[in-house]
Amino acid sequence: MKKDETQENEGLLVRRIKNGTVIDHIDGGEALNVVKILGITGTTQEALSIATNVQSRNMVRKDIVKLTNRELSKEEVNRIALISPHATINIIRNFKVVEKKGVEIPAVIEGIVRCPNPGCISNTNEPIRSRFDVLQTGLHCCYCDWIITRDLTSHII
Amino acid sequence: MSFESAIARLGGTTLSVGSVDACSMAKGETLADTIRVVSGYADAIVIRHPREGAARLASEFSTVPVLNAGDGAGQHPSQTLLDLYTIRQSMPIEGTDIALVGDLRYGRTAHSLAWALSLYNVRLHTVSPAGLELPETLASELTEKGMEIVPHDTVSDLIGDVDVLYVTRVQRERFPDSASYFNVSASYRITPEILAGAKKNLIVLHPLPRVDEIDPRVDDSPHARYFDQSRNGIPVRMAMLMQVMK
Repeated sequence: MKKDETQENEGLLVRRIKNGTVIDHIDGGEALNVVKILGITGTTQEALSIATNVQSRNMVRKDIVKLTNRELSKEEVNRIALISPHATINIIRNFKVVEKKGVEIPAVIEGIVRCPNPGCISNTNEPIRSRFDVLQTGLHCCYCDWIITRDLTSHII
Repeated sequence: MSFESAIARLGGTTLSVGSVDACSMAKGETLADTIRVVSGYADAIVIRHPREGAARLASEFSTVPVLNAGDGAGQHPSQTLLDLYTIRQSMPIEGTDIALVGDLRYGRTAHSLAWALSLYNVRLHTVSPAGLELPETLASELTEKGMEIVPHDTVSDLIGDVDVLYVTRVQRERFPDSASYFNVSASYRITPEILAGAKKNLIVLHPLPRVDEIDPRVDDSPHARYFDQSRNGIPVRMAMLMQVMK
């Protein structure tokens, strides 16, 4: 394939959106997990574009997610930090970037991750959301003290 | 029963909802609802529940103080306070060598005690059947807090080095069959013969009830403190109740 054809195809993959959010610099291969952690499924309303394993100046490869007509809240943005701490968020209005921000790892996350301990009270029909303290060593369940140290994405609700 | 005794001795009365299987939760009521209702009936709630984290959840929905009397394989903090009190009656806790023996994976008394001992510069020795070791995350947290944890294969390996032998029950349901259980439980049994190699001032503790973990012949030994320990549960729980209802 010629170089200009490659660029043209990539341009189609990551083309501009009029209004919404562009999540850039996602760690390569994590885009689908970013979508999952935002609770976006095939049945939700957003128009969604995903580009994976795109060449980047700063990273070997990166993923990009574009959400049309939806601006992410700060809480939603910070969820992304759990799986891709280098991601950047661009809020787009009328084709222009009106806000650009990084992600911050939150101190506490609620309702995003399921406690892997089958005996934990948070895995019952109680009217609570799962809650974890975010520690350097992992995610600490605020109910049963279980600590998730690896494979975080497999525990996303 | 020990909390009921403590409350009675303080001049209070108890309302018991019984076991989870016997109360409105058996009809499908959530623990959150039960706690909201009961906190309107009582001045404090003492909860023992089969799920880890139940007491924390209860504290979020209660309008009165909640005391954790054991949550699944999680924690048993009131037992730990009486354990510490019993050790203190015999020796300063600081700098001692303390052994935890038995089911350390599911044993909530062992979890809470290990946590508390990490505040006292204690060297922790462990002896447990394969698969029933201290949970990996708990062990690494204790190590991060500066606690030295020394695993051993048998009680005989450590008996001459420790000041406290804290024995816990190994439950039959943790094993695939009765034969495996009996083999393992026999190998962890504390006998006068094993204690012959102990330090003179060693004390043997057990949260009770015991099954086969401690030979009844040990009961008359000067090392045996488990019935004193059980008795200490009353004043310690009285103190806890007084503290939360000030």
